[in-house]
Amino acid sequence: MAIDCLVLGAGQEVGKSCVVVSINGKRIMFDCGMHMGYTDSRRYPDFSLISKTGDFDNALTCVIVTHFHLDHIGALPYFTEVCGYKGPIYMTYPTKALAPLMLEDYRKNMDRRGEGEQFTAEHIAECMKKVIPVDLKQTVQVDKDLQIRAYYAGHVIGAAMFYAKVGDAAMVYTGDYNMTPDRHLGAAQIDRLQLDLLITESTYATTIRDSRYGREREFLKAVHNCVAAGGKVLIPTFALGRAQELCILLEDYWERMNLKIPIYFSAGLTIQANMYYKMLINWTSQKIKETYATRNAFDFKNGTNLAEIMINGFHQFTYFLDPAIAKFLLLRIRNFDRSMINAPGPCVLFATPGMIVGGFSLEVFMQWAPSENNLVTLPGYCVAGTIGHKLMSGKPTKIDLDKDTQIDVRCQIHQLSFSPHTDAKGIMDLVKFLSPKHAILVHGEKPKMATLKERIQSELGIQCYCPANNETVTIPSTHYVKADASDTFIRSCLNPNFKFSTCSSVDKSYLDSNGSKAISRLSVSDDRVSEGILVVGKGKKAKVIHQDELLNTFGEKKHEIQFAYCFPMHMNRTENIPSASDLLCSLDRCTLISRLSTILSNELSEGNILDLGEQLQVESFRASVCLSDNCPHRLSGSFQNNSESVFFCCCWAVADEKLAWKIISIMKGSTLQTT
Amino acid sequence: MKFTCLSKGGGFHFPPCHMLNVCGFRILLECPLDLSSLAIFSPVPVGLEVHEPLDSESVARKKQKIEKTLDANDLVRAEPWYKTVKNLHLWDPSFIDVVLISSPMGMLGLPFLTLSKDFSAKIYVTEATARIGQLMMEDLVSMHMELKQFYGPGDASFPRWMKWEDLEILPSELKKIALGKYCEELGAWMPLYSAVDVKDCMKKVQTLKYAEEACYNGTLIIRPFSSGLEIGTCNWTISGPKRNVAYISSSIFVSTHAMDFDFLGLRGNDLMIYSDFSSLDTTENMENDDTCFDPVTYTSSNVSDDVNNLEEIAASLLKDDESREEMEKLAFLCTCAFDSVKAGGSVLVPIDRLGIVLCLLEEISLLLESSSLKVPIYIISSVAEELLAFTNIIPEWLCKHRQEKLFSGEPLFAHVKLIKEGKIHLFPAVHSIELLTNWQEPCIVFCPHWSLRLGPVVHLLRYWCLDPNSLLILESGVDANLALLPFKPMEMKVLQCSFLSGMSLQKVQPLLKTLQPKLLLFPKELRCKIQISEANTIFRYSENETLRIPTSKESTEIDIATDLASKLRWKPLKKETITRLDGELVMDQGKHRLLSGFRPADSKQQRLLLHWGSPDLKGLLTELSKMGITGTVKKVSDEAEPENAAGIIDIVGPEKALIDVRETGTVIIAANDNLASHIFKAIDIVLDGI
Repeated sequence: MAIDCLVLGAGQEVGKSCVVVSINGKRIMFDCGMHMGYTDSRRYPDFSLISKTGDFDNALTCVIVTHFHLDHIGALPYFTEVCGYKGPIYMTYPTKALAPLMLEDYRKNMDRRGEGEQFTAEHIAECMKKVIPVDLKQTVQVDKDLQIRAYYAGHVIGAAMFYAKVGDAAMVYTGDYNMTPDRHLGAAQIDRLQLDLLITESTYATTIRDSRYGREREFLKAVHNCVAAGGKVLIPTFALGRAQELCILLEDYWERMNLKIPIYFSAGLTIQANMYYKMLINWTSQKIKETYATRNAFDFKNGTNLAEIMINGFHQFTYFLDPAIAKFLLLRIRNFDRSMINAPGPCVLFATPGMIVGGFSLEVFMQWAPSENNLVTLPGYCVAGTIGHKLMSGKPTKIDLDKDTQIDVRCQIHQLSFSPHTDAKGIMDLVKFLSPKHAILVHGEKPKMATLKERIQSELGIQCYCPANNETVTIPSTHYVKADASDTFIRSCLNPNFKFSTCSSVDKSYLDSNGSKAISRLSVSDDRVSEGILVVGKGKKAKVIHQDELLNTFGEKKHEIQFAYCFPMHMNRTENIPSASDLLCSLDRCTLISRLSTILSNELSEGNILDLGEQLQVESFRASVCLSDNCPHRLSGSFQNNSESVFFCCCWAVADEKLAWKIISIMKGSTLQTT
Repeated sequence: MKFTCLSKGGGFHFPPCHMLNVCGFRILLECPLDLSSLAIFSPVPVGLEVHEPLDSESVARKKQKIEKTLDANDLVRAEPWYKTVKNLHLWDPSFIDVVLISSPMGMLGLPFLTLSKDFSAKIYVTEATARIGQLMMEDLVSMHMELKQFYGPGDASFPRWMKWEDLEILPSELKKIALGKYCEELGAWMPLYSAVDVKDCMKKVQTLKYAEEACYNGTLIIRPFSSGLEIGTCNWTISGPKRNVAYISSSIFVSTHAMDFDFLGLRGNDLMIYSDFSSLDTTENMENDDTCFDPVTYTSSNVSDDVNNLEEIAASLLKDDESREEMEKLAFLCTCAFDSVKAGGSVLVPIDRLGIVLCLLEEISLLLESSSLKVPIYIISSVAEELLAFTNIIPEWLCKHRQEKLFSGEPLFAHVKLIKEGKIHLFPAVHSIELLTNWQEPCIVFCPHWSLRLGPVVHLLRYWCLDPNSLLILESGVDANLALLPFKPMEMKVLQCSFLSGMSLQKVQPLLKTLQPKLLLFPKELRCKIQISEANTIFRYSENETLRIPTSKESTEIDIATDLASKLRWKPLKKETITRLDGELVMDQGKHRLLSGFRPADSKQQRLLLHWGSPDLKGLLTELSKMGITGTVKKVSDEAEPENAAGIIDIVGPEKALIDVRETGTVIIAANDNLASHIFKAIDIVLDGI
């Protein structure tokens, strides 16, 4: 059995996440994203690799989308409506609710960029109808064999990691996740699962971030410095996602510093977002959930006013945390239209789309970039090919938009160093926590991924891969052999059956100086499992039975093999007793045994010596004084019977073979003292 | 497996309660309160005349009164106690391992259980049920406080009404509620828990998401699937290594508000516990009319090969018109309420079914909106605000068309908008200042409690009971005669309406056909109402009777890791191949797994050995000679069969030794460890062993 993992997107890059995993005959597509850096066919994953004939319904068991970011869901309407996939699609409730907003926003932007439509508004609506929403931790039985489950991923509202299990093979696809809680979302949470494969994002494969607080302050300082000097701050963001977090940050800061500089919003978001977040409060962080008592944190006392303003104006950005922010927005947030781009005075502007892909943010950027006073803040990561990416790589003074247009860039660039993605430590923590048999890295940059891969392999000992796009990685999958176990075996396994034994180990360090010194250690063994016997017959299911049941099953009788040896032990008598052989009374025998026991306990470092009166027992080894001349365990002719020795008849089982011979050699080498 | 029905309950507000013993774990199913028995108490503001002392004369007078019809003075005038499940106190709470709660109603008795000293069970409740249940308990506590203030601090340990002499003089109707049919239920009465107890109880509750798997002790996998009865209510599957159980509480296939009955999630279980007694309440009257259902036979034929048929049945279960009927019922109620307010009378709705209230709110306000009538709707409850707010943030537990509202960005229920528009007003209590300043009549009031003994309804009912224009809407199932006793004479119109609170019996057949359980536990009471052919094993249960259900699986399945299996040393026998097991047996997610363990190397030699058969002496000699050991058969006890029989082998070289072979065992006598172990090896080869 094997798991085949075909990476259609986000292999050694960020953008168009799409991985197709074949696992025990089931084929799952994780994410169906688009690449923001391309405008040609490269923006979509190469779906023809899934099915040459285009029969995706039979080629795929289901599609799973982890969250509503376009690089994870952007190609979905195209895949379902244009390519014709009609099978099940799973995503969380918030993702299903918010994805259409993102897609619609993107579609409109594409119009503006003049690229022509890849899919229409109807396509989006039709596509979303096919989506089956799931709750966190809800175990969904996709079909008889395939089980999937979503876990909280942090990243954005509704983001989830997905667990998939077919038969004995299991895997997790993380999507994007954040291992540290941010201002409104919790940290990723997952159970300790037994996994064959973990596919994880690796956006920050080598970055280790220190405290969030310091990073946030850096951002605020940069913004404050700029507006204090009369500059304009442009924050290009996507409609939904982390921009909300920056808004909360700025609000806090403005309040504290008593700043009056206006903050503007220009976003392609709809008024409805407010409503969505109110209904989805269960998906935010524990802290926000707890503060929710009678009033929803996304509910505002001045809600109607706010709504009016938002309808009249066009800053429809409505993702807030508490009434304080609502108040802030009422006081400070102004309408923003194109005529204000060149208005004098400082300001802060949130504009879509993020990464300055095009649209309004590009329009504003073209106007503001030539001034040194102005500031552009960019998220921690921008997809290759976007203007954002160009700004971040090096310090360009000129950017060529197209053949005819060139932008002078003199403004300051600030790169945000906090992000809703986990850092390298978080990735390592997750991989270590889940301890999968194999790991695959996607959604990152090639050289950094290679470094992380090395770390995972060397530090965690987990086989790791980072395939490029359109490559397939094949790994073996867990498979269990099924057997029926008898009740006796199960019952005997339920009862602890520890055996304690002292075993000697020779400490090598003493060997040179004082000869060997035996150190006795208590060892605990538990033979419960090895009492089980696996029986495989032709045409029958394998069966596990307890060894006691075995003979009954076969109708055989037990045959016990024992060792026995009867030999004389030297005896030193101080009292003169006529003959050793005939006068040993039972009392004497007991004395002899107890003497022997003393000798053994001095010499023997292992085993549990039991003095049973007329018999001595060490594990299965038993010794007793033998008075019979023709004891069957005596090897004839080897010993002469004399008064200076007494015979001991010993027997033992094979398990204590070594121990027995050790005892015998001790016995042979010592002398019994009798008084 | 053992199953005991502790109580078959009574209606929507008092679900059945069972004790299940599966895989060695004791599971309590539901922990409700019988709030209908509150009827024996007098609601506070009624009959304010001083409670006369019980002299012998009045006792005698009251004894004679038994024959007369009940009146308000017969009710117990004391701080009410609450009746728990009558047989539950016979069980030691410390022996319960797991508690499963399917609905908020099934949760009301839980603080009594968590209060008991050695209680340590894991309680599983769905997230939504836990929240709604908590609010219901808090509401109950706050309503009770009002009564407590009236009666003052009394002797909480043993109230006067529970003394035998007082119980004796109770009218038979009330006595039956207080003591039960056989006077055995007095022990079930408890003084109410406190708000702190509720909080403590909630801390012990483990909440589950929709269809989330919970694994108890590594052995039992427990999953909730929606039952459609109310928001957050569920049915359970419990799977252990030897048993898969589906527990079906009262379920509604297509709900008007909650997530539909997810019966497909219950497939693949070999035992089904049917615990939907709702048809018992609704068909009680029909028994007399002799209208029996067509005896549909249920045969567990192999429908599995006929997948289409199965899907058809499943579809037919869902397509039915129950929810439409329910909506028509609601529409009717709304028109009645509308007519009443049009005539200037107010409407009082003491219905405590969240879903019904939410739907009624929407329907009535739609109706009012379409007319020009401006009538306010009041909701009076200490938890109304929280409850209504909560219903709007759990799209995961609502029916499909409500979920669609989430996806199109509309509020899940219309009450959000109506509250904002000032059409619905929420007040925590009757005496709140906002209510007094806003009050306007006629109006429509929703308030607890349906027993008409607690909460704001008592005050309002007393206020309106003489107004013939006003309307009281009650749930059927409430004994209206007894419930309205303290408010008589009543001029007010009373409308009693039954709501769907479970599946109809006609649907049991197709449901069984879809789920195909091998064993079925079915209530005895429903036996005459339905005929299920005995093709599959049916156990009929009745209250307080323990059923022992035989194990269906002979053996337990065990998973052996492939890497371990490949390392096992196999020994071929005549028919089978056998091997001794190795590794570690773990219990994970209800499955026995054998994984390669970390055993120390030296323990290998300590292996247990088992031999059988009897050694062939000649063969043994051959094996020995291969090892360079020579010897002869010295003595054969059975001359006729020298090959297989017992004997003694005399070893002469390299050293002297003896092998004493007998029928049941062999003894190796040697003076040298090396020789002894060689001989052992030779015997091991000749014999069968492991």
